[in-house]
Amino acid sequence: MWDNPEFVLEVVIGGLLSGIMYSLVALGFVLIFKASGVFNFAQGTMVLFAALTFVGLIERGLPIWMAFVIAVVVMILLAVAVERLMLRSLVNQEQIILFMATIGLAFFLDGFGQLVWGGDVHPLDIGIPKAPLIIGGVLVNEFDLVAAIVAGSLVAALALFFQRTAIGRALRAVADDHQAAQSVGIPLPTIWVIVWSVAGVVGLVAGIMWGSNLGVQFSLSLVALKALPVLMLGGFTSVPGAIVGGLIVGVGEKLAEVFWGPAFGGAIEDWFAYALALVFLLFRPQGLFGERIIERV
Amino acid sequence: MRRIGEPILTADQITLAFGGITALNGISIEIRRHEILAIIGPNGAGKTSMLNVINGFYHPQAGTITWKGETRRRMRPYYAAAAGISRTFQNVALFRGMTTLDNVMTGRLLRMHRNFLWQAIYFGPAEREELAHRAYAERIIDFLEIQAIRKTPVGRLPYGLQKRVELGRALAMEPELLLLDEPMAGMNVEEKEDMCRFILDINDEFGTTIALIEHDMGVVMDISDRVVVLDYGRKIADGPPDEVRASPEVIAAYLGEPHQREDHAAPQHTAAAQRG
Amino acid sequence: MLYREVGQFKASYAADQAIFPIRQDRWLMLGALAVAYFVIPATGSEYWLLTIMVPFLVYALAALGLNLLTGYAGQVSLGTGGFMAVGAFATYKLTTVFPGLNIVLALVLAGIIAALVGVLFGFPSLRIKGFYLAVATLASQFFLIWMFNKFPWFYNYSASGVISAPPRALFGQIYVTGAEADPRAKYLFVLTVVVLLALAAKGLVRGRIGRAWMAIRDMDVAAEIIGIRPLRTKLLAFALSSFYCGIAGAMWAFIYTSAVEASAFEIDRSFQILFMIIIGGLGSILGSFLGAGFIVLLPIFLDNAPRLAGLELPVNLVTNLQTMIFGALIIFFLIIEPNGLARLWVIGKEKLRLWPFPH
Repeated sequence: MWDNPEFVLEVVIGGLLSGIMYSLVALGFVLIFKASGVFNFAQGTMVLFAALTFVGLIERGLPIWMAFVIAVVVMILLAVAVERLMLRSLVNQEQIILFMATIGLAFFLDGFGQLVWGGDVHPLDIGIPKAPLIIGGVLVNEFDLVAAIVAGSLVAALALFFQRTAIGRALRAVADDHQAAQSVGIPLPTIWVIVWSVAGVVGLVAGIMWGSNLGVQFSLSLVALKALPVLMLGGFTSVPGAIVGGLIVGVGEKLAEVFWGPAFGGAIEDWFAYALALVFLLFRPQGLFGERIIERV
Repeated sequence: MRRIGEPILTADQITLAFGGITALNGISIEIRRHEILAIIGPNGAGKTSMLNVINGFYHPQAGTITWKGETRRRMRPYYAAAAGISRTFQNVALFRGMTTLDNVMTGRLLRMHRNFLWQAIYFGPAEREELAHRAYAERIIDFLEIQAIRKTPVGRLPYGLQKRVELGRALAMEPELLLLDEPMAGMNVEEKEDMCRFILDINDEFGTTIALIEHDMGVVMDISDRVVVLDYGRKIADGPPDEVRASPEVIAAYLGEPHQREDHAAPQHTAAAQRG
Repeated sequence: MLYREVGQFKASYAADQAIFPIRQDRWLMLGALAVAYFVIPATGSEYWLLTIMVPFLVYALAALGLNLLTGYAGQVSLGTGGFMAVGAFATYKLTTVFPGLNIVLALVLAGIIAALVGVLFGFPSLRIKGFYLAVATLASQFFLIWMFNKFPWFYNYSASGVISAPPRALFGQIYVTGAEADPRAKYLFVLTVVVLLALAAKGLVRGRIGRAWMAIRDMDVAAEIIGIRPLRTKLLAFALSSFYCGIAGAMWAFIYTSAVEASAFEIDRSFQILFMIIIGGLGSILGSFLGAGFIVLLPIFLDNAPRLAGLELPVNLVTNLQTMIFGALIIFFLIIEPNGLARLWVIGKEKLRLWPFPH
């Protein structure tokens, strides 16, 4: 197998590209966790819900750009609702309670999405080319390339947003210390709405990308479960961690499936990402880029 | 009256550094059996770090610790606990989900051995062990006069009482050496008097050696047999309270050098400093 | 007023340590046991016994197991389903490889096997904490389910892939598993197992092990100072928790569904059990039961409510509405009482002390 370097390269590139997609979903988690300390299990369902809204509007005849705008508005409204009805009432609770609440949210969005848009598979085609390309002797899928570029730009935009703008600074302050941020006048509820909206939009983009690939259907929310090992690896609180983690998981998964899969009878993708992340965690318990949990006595 | 005996713990040439900061710089301290030793010094002097090294939380880059004749390069928390060293913390490290009684009972855990099968059955050996240790814990609760809050979850207690419960937990371990990190912090005069009384009683009745970090000079002068002063990771004084109080280095460390000024303020300033 | 404790003094530590120090509580529990052992089997229909009581008890046992690990020892685990599967498959292999093996013994051995697997997957807990640990436990969940699906040895190379639990009898005559088993026998067997294990759990948590777990949960750095060994304590939690979950899984397969399939123990099951202990109350034995009851009864209620209200709704709509209501209820519940039903129960008892007087 190693005597076919082009093949290995193809697998690696394929892995990198799928890894970027994982990163996109993981990014939504990181944003929310950083700013509100909430481990948002509903991220996957948000991806699905956003994609369902988008594809549902297109199916009803709206042009793509309008569907996108409306979907963004819907996600913002969702963020407001979540902050008003859920976050505000659970402000000082322990993390596990908030985590459970997001599971409840996931159930709710799941049922609601299917109620409004129906439970069938919705194929999604917004014109992203899917032809295979040959670049330098290596087979690459055009779709994966486009997805990677979109994801990469989004991540770059977010990174700039966080580092350069005033709102970005406020978000970082809130992520660091809620009380201190409040005492300098940063309005927590507004920040949370912003963060959940951004996470929602990131979810929309991820949903569109994944949906174009797989069709928009329930299993899209399970993609979130793939993002969790990415978070473990990269650290729950790190944007670069989500990217690097996604790439490592993507490549690792593909390589493992190709080279070790047959020995195990295939389908080790189910758990390989988790095993990989677990191994990394044993050396760095907070993930590659996560914040060290320092316990003071 | 107790007699102060031989050194029970010797920390020899301890050097502890974190990154670029040297918290402890070649400090040697000796704690003698049955004494009450006060460790004082300005903030950041390394007092808590010293306790953490004795306990095994921090591992020094250099130096050794000798406990009851055995010398080792680093302590481990479990070993320290099993060997008879217990302590309290500046920030009250109590188990907030449990009641006062439960917290004190956790101090007895080292002495409880019945395995989990007996525990599951409960009646029989496990119950007998539990009740025996409960009796001991209740004696400590009586001693510290916290019977009324026995079943209260400690998270709900005021700070002063929490400190007392933490002392109770440390006592439950039947320590030979008790390390107290600012046991009077945040207390009013009455609470301080109570705490002083408890510390003196513990030393008297149980013969426990006590080393405490404390900022209140009145307390330090009153109850300690010996005082060690740390400043910027070095030991700058070591001796009976009166001697230490008059030492020029100590005064300089706490109050600073008097300014060289041309007006009348200067001599008064220096005189006041020398009075301590 | 009904609940006054006046006159109930504890003259010894032993009395104070009792499970139900208040006399009214003791009567209540004895009453509940009497109802459970005598009234329900006599009056309950097969439907009631087999589709409500048996799963409720099995769930309660799994919830108890998870509560030991997550509620008392503070190690968040999302791998409950996986450990239940270990118990189920271990029992299957044991009963098929050793046909003469007594079912009770098979359950205990399967529990021990599940405990060992739990210890294995519990090792990371020394280095990894909090949500990182929770996500790490997903590794065990996914791996175990994949393993049981992948290797035909586990289901005895059965061609159809569907394996049914072999019938087993107690005392030679009374079948508790398999088609011939009387529903009442099944119910009483499960009830007894669960009651015994719940008592054992209570014994564990009110003694030194429970305290050690709670110390690790509340502040594991300080716990070391007391002389607690974190690794040992955490591994014991994983072992005992998996023991309970393994037996629950075995009873799920052998008595409740009579089929041994990995798909019954997927990640939704893990979340379901986690819901039960959160809603019921973390760190509470009673809470495990209350939470299990709530989650078992809720779908039945949601199923029947439209009909009772006289509405005829299309199935799709009803299913989606149910999911939405379930999710909303979870959030609602967490908002009004994050400490769970067990806390509501305690508050209720406090109010009963005064009732019917206002204060």
